[in-house]
Amino acid sequence: MADETAALTLSAQNLCRKYGHHTAVQNVNVELRRGEVLGLLGPNGAGKTTTMRMLTGNLAPSTGSIEICGIDMLDKPREAKLHLGFLPEIPPLYHDMTVDEYLLLAARLHRINKQTLQTVLDNAKLRCGLEVQGRYVIGTLSKGFQQRVGIAQAIIHSPDVIILDEPTVGLDPNQMREIRSLIRELGASSSVILSTHILSEVESVCDRVQIMHKGSVVFDQTMTELQHQGTSLEAVFTQLTQ
Amino acid sequence: MIVTIIRKELSMLFISPFAWILLALIQLVLTWVFLVRLDAFLEIQSQLMQIANPPGITEVIISPVFAMAAIILLMVTPLLSMRLLAEERRNHTLTLLISAPVSMTDIVIGKFLGLMVFFLAVITLIVALSISLRLGGALDFGLLLSNTLGLLLVTACFSALGLYISSLTAQPVIAAIGTLGVLLGLWMINLAASETDGWLQYFSLLKHFEQFNQGLIDTLSIAYFILFIVTFLVLTIRRLDGERLHG
Repeated sequence: MADETAALTLSAQNLCRKYGHHTAVQNVNVELRRGEVLGLLGPNGAGKTTTMRMLTGNLAPSTGSIEICGIDMLDKPREAKLHLGFLPEIPPLYHDMTVDEYLLLAARLHRINKQTLQTVLDNAKLRCGLEVQGRYVIGTLSKGFQQRVGIAQAIIHSPDVIILDEPTVGLDPNQMREIRSLIRELGASSSVILSTHILSEVESVCDRVQIMHKGSVVFDQTMTELQHQGTSLEAVFTQLTQ
Repeated sequence: MIVTIIRKELSMLFISPFAWILLALIQLVLTWVFLVRLDAFLEIQSQLMQIANPPGITEVIISPVFAMAAIILLMVTPLLSMRLLAEERRNHTLTLLISAPVSMTDIVIGKFLGLMVFFLAVITLIVALSISLRLGGALDFGLLLSNTLGLLLVTACFSALGLYISSLTAQPVIAAIGTLGVLLGLWMINLAASETDGWLQYFSLLKHFEQFNQGLIDTLSIAYFILFIVTFLVLTIRRLDGERLHG
């Protein structure tokens, strides 16, 4: 549970993004504190992925500002990205590389120095359950393991903000449970944003939930508030997005 | 950071048998040309002796090998440059690089230099082939140097152009065909230019290379090559940045 005094790790104000005349995202505010897991919900095409791509610097917002750990993403993108880990919807995996080679590349890209490389690599593999897979070529791994490699890539440099776009898609129930407990674990030390279509996942993992619809945030409450009101997340979701 | 990208590009390149096969094939063809020229030289050697200022082995053997190498590398570059950005985009792996604390300039320069390291290996092999002639005679090192420099610059131009075209599409094959088309176009200008001898020849890459091939290190040609390389690298960076802003 994040308390109100915990440091702000991510703050995005009035994010807007236009594609030509079409507005994909408008006036989205996202604030995240250390130790908080935020669930981003919404029907297909609501702007979740666009928002996440803007937060990670893959897409420049048309207007608005993004700060990661107090560093402006638009002014100092390189410094800001040091504190970020991102797993896109399609994991950015090089299928010809082995798991070790790939994770070492990710670590080097995030400026992990030489002496700590091996420890960092072992730690990331341990957390994602990839101890045995180090020498396997990524292309030969199953979907679930590829997804884990994707997550390992996002957390290898122990970032303050971790952004996961549909991390449990295509996984079997056991793997989903494992990934969820991993996310909970990550949420203890960092801030996590997670987008998903599975409402029960949000209920079991997240501290706070935002629902997006047609490019705007239409709902923003903590899970405890929601429980106090006695309304189910599903009822809120259907009511707001239909 | 650039070093990390270069290392990544090289490991990606040499992980597959493709680069090795290409290296072997290029070497095979060039050695063949080399041996044919050597054979021809040995045949006409006695006649050459009667001329007042006869051409040496460097002129008769090595210059044609470098001229051939330029044409082969023109054909090979699209095969290597196509994957640089187009394949990353198709496999959605560009996100890894862009989300990392690396600037677009680092990514583009890293990829360009990674490809140049491969070509440097090819050129080193050609130089080694040329130096093997020292077993049988004296070499004109000045001519060898100007040829090496020229070949290095002209392949750098091919690579920069290939990288830019690779940034325009998500289909590696289209990038390859596009690059080959433009490079052949620049070669055709060369043919046209040698007929008309007009301003067109200033645009031809191989025409400029010919100067180096004959042993002339021309500052105009060097300036043209460097301008060409810088232009296409800047265009590539702008293209990737533009995608982030508008795409």
